[in-house]
Amino acid sequence: MSNLAVLPIIIPLVAGIVLAFTHKKIKLSRGIAKCFSLLYLAAAGFLNWQVHQSGTLVLETGGWKAPYGIIMVADQLSALLIMTTAVIVAACVFAAASVVGERMEYHYFYAFFYFLITGVSGAFLTGDLFNLFVFFEVLLMASYALITVGAGKVQLREAMKYMLINLFSSVLFVTAISFLYAVVGTVNMAQIAERVQDVQQKGILTTIAVLLFFVFATKAALFPLYYWMPKSYAVPNPVVSAIFGALLTKVGIYSILRVFSLIFVYRTDLTHDAFLWIAGLSMIFGIAGALSTSNVKLIIAYNIIPAIGFILLGIGVFNQSSLSGSVYYLIHDMFIKTALFLIVGALAYAAGTSNLKKMGGLIHDYPVLGWLMFIAGFVLAGIPPFSGFIGKFMLLRGAFENGDFAIAIIGLLTSLLILYSVIRIFINGFWGEAKDYGERKSLKGYIGPISVLLACSVVLGVGAEWFMPALDSISNQLLDPEIYIKSVLKE
Amino acid sequence: MEFIICILAGILFATGIYNILQKQMLRIILGTGLISHGAHLFILTMGKLKRGQPPILTEGVSRYTDPLPQALILTSIVISFGITSLILVLSFRTAKENQTDNMDQLRGTEHE
Repeated sequence: MSNLAVLPIIIPLVAGIVLAFTHKKIKLSRGIAKCFSLLYLAAAGFLNWQVHQSGTLVLETGGWKAPYGIIMVADQLSALLIMTTAVIVAACVFAAASVVGERMEYHYFYAFFYFLITGVSGAFLTGDLFNLFVFFEVLLMASYALITVGAGKVQLREAMKYMLINLFSSVLFVTAISFLYAVVGTVNMAQIAERVQDVQQKGILTTIAVLLFFVFATKAALFPLYYWMPKSYAVPNPVVSAIFGALLTKVGIYSILRVFSLIFVYRTDLTHDAFLWIAGLSMIFGIAGALSTSNVKLIIAYNIIPAIGFILLGIGVFNQSSLSGSVYYLIHDMFIKTALFLIVGALAYAAGTSNLKKMGGLIHDYPVLGWLMFIAGFVLAGIPPFSGFIGKFMLLRGAFENGDFAIAIIGLLTSLLILYSVIRIFINGFWGEAKDYGERKSLKGYIGPISVLLACSVVLGVGAEWFMPALDSISNQLLDPEIYIKSVLKE
Repeated sequence: MEFIICILAGILFATGIYNILQKQMLRIILGTGLISHGAHLFILTMGKLKRGQPPILTEGVSRYTDPLPQALILTSIVISFGITSLILVLSFRTAKENQTDNMDQLRGTEHE
């Protein structure tokens, strides 16, 4: 049954390879891509069910025992993230048919898309730090291609910066891994966690922890390393923006969550307290960026930064309530960012511009889109009973329990400003006098996937009670590294 | 031996970072190439350097070379090779489309 853990990597890989050969037949490619997305969804669902039934699945590839061979670990957290990814993938693939455009589809869009998903699933499932690096590279390679396919001037300009910063942080990642290998003599995460406890000189480990945090923070776009992110996420096609905004930064924050709950937990006063500062500053600077621009795509891209800040807050506080909150907020943010990027993509397409000052009165022509935007804004900002509220409530409760009042208050104020930044799109874009945008454009391809994603968000919020037992057991696993180590090394 | 290689890796990192801080695009790319070489040397050094010993542990062999860093470095070299070639092509396109290879002029906020 443990072979199941590799399915979420194999399915998109096969899909990518098949789609690379069928790129000339666009209708066929669409069909294949849709079929594979449903297959992936089914596999993710089955994986979740299995993990729920029989606990963590560990695949030892080639029959090599755990610390020696390459392993894939599907614990509850990984399985949940794979499930969320699967829903997003399905929504994006179904939106892509009418959003991406034939030219980009012809230029291997679907193949790169699935290679990206291969990397993302791999990063979620791997139990080995070096393979985490490899899967990071897989997803980055695909993202370099996706960001430049069908490129114009602006896209190339931003892609260049995106590539250079990621290349630099990848080199640092390799360096950090080699440092860690010199100290503990292994790259298997469970074994690292086990051996870290016996290392005499903790100072060198803390240095490595900071270096690894720097790498992951660059990928996750945290303060002060977010400067590359908003523009390069705002320039590509809406579907590409959506998948980047939903998955790439989240892989970074997932890595922080995994590494700093499993390996570097011996000096939480040093590392995790610093996280609180960084989380607070990310929120402030991210939301300041969102308020400073009138480009709708940039507003949403900047809104990723405070969201990552909220998740990091939970990791920094590091108690049960805050970790449940982090995981919940991670899932919530993946859904809502995909939906929002698609919505502003549709908005910019309908208005023919992404400048908010040139829009207005779109609700007369596009009422459904307007109300979807309204709901999405409320979900993002955290109006009860939507999912943003539940996530923030758990995070801030955790912060108050720990006595971190300052960060909790920053979080509350940021939520208000997030609401303002999104509702600004609604007020300026949809209310007011209708302007002449030419012929009414069909948004058929957008509405379906956006509605599905928003429905997921709403269910996540309204039905939060159902998810609580799962979240509690995830946060218990995160708080106690022994559970992970035992399930992998089986001593 | 490890010391010498560590210093060499350090020099590669320093020159690489110096090049990354330049304005010309090609220099930046060469800089990333140099620091990735530095990182590769580093991986090899971290598994301890020895001469003339087998990378496998069989009966009768008490001193052996650690094979894992060699596997890691191979993977890492292949990846950085692929990315460097991609980024060279991309920078060529970028410089051609934007008609400049100066990073200061590519900062731009136009065309938003």
